[in-house]
Amino acid sequence: MITDYIGLGLLFGLAVGIAIPTGRYLSHVFKGETTPLDFLTPLERLIYRLGGIDPAQPMTWRQYAVALLVVNGVWLLYALVMLLVQAQIPIWNQGNIPPMEWTLALNTAISFLTSTNLQHYSGESGATYFTQMAVLTFLQFVSAGTSLAVGVAVVRSLRSEHSERFGNFYQDFVLSITRVFMPLSLLGAIELIFTGVPMTFEPYQVIKTLQGAEQTVATGPVAAMLSIKHLGSNGGGFFGANTAHPFENPNVVSYILNLVNVLLLPLAFICFLGYFLNRRKLAVMLFTIMTGCWLSLTIPIMAQELAGNVAITQLGIDQSMGSLEGKEMRFGTAASAFWCGVNIVIPAGTLTSMHDSYTPLSGLFMQLGMQVDAFYGGVGTGFLYMFLYIIIAIFIGSLMIGRTPELLGKKVGIPEIQVAAFVIVMLPLLYLGATGLAVAVWNNTTNPAETLGWLSNGSYHGFTTMLYEYVSSAAGNGSGFEGLGDNTPFWNLSTAVVMLLGRFIPLLGPLIIGGLLLAKHYVPPTTGVLPVESSTFAVLLTAVILIIGALCFFPALAIGPIAEYLTQ
Amino acid sequence: MKNHISPAIRLTLILLVILSVVYPIVVAGIATLAAGGGKGETVTVNGKVVGYALIGQKFTEDRYFNSRPSAVDYNATGSAGSNKGPSNPDYLKTVQARIDTFLVHNPGVNKADIPAELVTASGSGLDPDLSPAAAKIQVARIAKNRNISVERLNQLVDEQTQGPLLGLLGPSTVNVLKLNVALDQLK
Repeated sequence: MITDYIGLGLLFGLAVGIAIPTGRYLSHVFKGETTPLDFLTPLERLIYRLGGIDPAQPMTWRQYAVALLVVNGVWLLYALVMLLVQAQIPIWNQGNIPPMEWTLALNTAISFLTSTNLQHYSGESGATYFTQMAVLTFLQFVSAGTSLAVGVAVVRSLRSEHSERFGNFYQDFVLSITRVFMPLSLLGAIELIFTGVPMTFEPYQVIKTLQGAEQTVATGPVAAMLSIKHLGSNGGGFFGANTAHPFENPNVVSYILNLVNVLLLPLAFICFLGYFLNRRKLAVMLFTIMTGCWLSLTIPIMAQELAGNVAITQLGIDQSMGSLEGKEMRFGTAASAFWCGVNIVIPAGTLTSMHDSYTPLSGLFMQLGMQVDAFYGGVGTGFLYMFLYIIIAIFIGSLMIGRTPELLGKKVGIPEIQVAAFVIVMLPLLYLGATGLAVAVWNNTTNPAETLGWLSNGSYHGFTTMLYEYVSSAAGNGSGFEGLGDNTPFWNLSTAVVMLLGRFIPLLGPLIIGGLLLAKHYVPPTTGVLPVESSTFAVLLTAVILIIGALCFFPALAIGPIAEYLTQ
Repeated sequence: MKNHISPAIRLTLILLVILSVVYPIVVAGIATLAAGGGKGETVTVNGKVVGYALIGQKFTEDRYFNSRPSAVDYNATGSAGSNKGPSNPDYLKTVQARIDTFLVHNPGVNKADIPAELVTASGSGLDPDLSPAAAKIQVARIAKNRNISVERLNQLVDEQTQGPLLGLLGPSTVNVLKLNVALDQLK
């Protein structure tokens, strides 16, 4: 077991080791400096020309937001139509796939547009190869591109000058695709192919097993989707069982490649911030807070799972390898739980093991990680959440010492604080309100277990299942307690609303704040301000995150995982 | 807003060509160089494909090493776990029933030695592997059924065991399909 910890530690070290130069590379790309991939410039020029785009034209934050929303609207319409007619499209169609029912199609389109990838359908029986490539994988690329573009724009707005030139959305977005996600995904897909991940357009094969039964085996163009699903903090798997499926994760080598892809860009983004703003102390501070909080969520999950399920121990069998329901033998308990710990803080939210079958308290740590969404967080978006917490911490901290709130030489005014507070409060309201609605529906239905067919586990665990679904939707995580019968109009539509608001409000909030700060005059810091790079501020920031997280979330956790733990 | 609609549509079309046509075709082209040609590695016996190395099969007969329980009965077009919560009473009854069945088929096995994986379902429902302990606990049954010595079978399990990567990460595993193919070839 101790060797597992060494192995996982090395894995994390590898991810950090690659993320640092990647962060420097991102800084070069978005500063317009020379990089080894400059041979792609003609391709970018072609995209701009065919798109009728002038990348040099500066935008205000308002124009930036409008451009972003319009293009996202186009993608939503496109995806929705394609999902409704997927069965009729003859190319890349392996056969026997029905069209999606409209609430499912809407949910799926929004789920991939918002980089959540909640997946109320099952890949191998609910999506054609065409859908997987031209709708779902496409949305994984462009939603990740959108996240990175906004992240970059907000970081750029923190530079020490006063300006209305917020940047150009199309340029940020196109560079995100051509310089970051496209080359990294291609590289990632090629690596994964050689670990045994399929990449074929042939229909499913039927084989006769050794015992003489027939087994139809779903394959498909898996590798192309697998790399971007992890790199882009998306998480939508090709198959129903997500990355637990042996074709998405054949062995420990693919486990490492996949998990490094999950970690790479969220870690690199912190380094990017340090290089781009030339504020390494700030980057180191954020990295330390994020890593500390991530570990304090992951280690308890690993410990809980390795200790095993108490109820199974009582049956008197050998549980020395940990709780194995919903876990794969090739990874074992330690690596499965570590994967879980990474994917609840980074909203790729992919599964190598089924979270529903985790021991009760693990569910608590999972939801805390998802709900904050800033212990690394998604590529680009993780920083956006952290940025909102920073604004609130500056406000509280400055009030405590009686100074004007200031961030990196810019005065933080009332509108900025209002926007930050609105977003931070809106999110819990969203998922707690929606959970309340679901519980109300449940309680007002006679014989709900049979009539609704929602829950495969009752009692406290059933409540946690519903809460998890909405927290995951609001945070753009997309993992689930899969014991939820979620392909019903109620769940399809309610989570669709939560995902849309949970995506675009936290994208636009920081964008507005960034725009407002950029327009202010730079005042060199004096001794009277609370410096954000100091360790005092780091402690304050951590406390703010924990207090906000705990205060709004603890009551719900008490009637979910904590109650289940205490009564088992 | 109006002046953003045309670029948005045109940008979408160009990116569809690059990301959803060129990119997958390039990857699929490179995949033909990999083992199995990008179609998934298969296991053949006497020239006949008997399965995919990575996709678990249902083995329930006494003469074979049995695979783990599967929530989807090894349906390789509908992968899923059981999603049963740890304290679910129905679930615990299912596990108890699996333990009882195992003890009936493997008389002489001490209940406390049954590895949990043999009575719990995997995440994908297609887990191709077992731990060496879970294979070896079945050896006595197979030895009796096939009239092969226990030592020879234990040796076979050892031969088929894959250790952790670089001795560090992941548990030791045995691929059940490959193990059973090798078992059929023992005579």
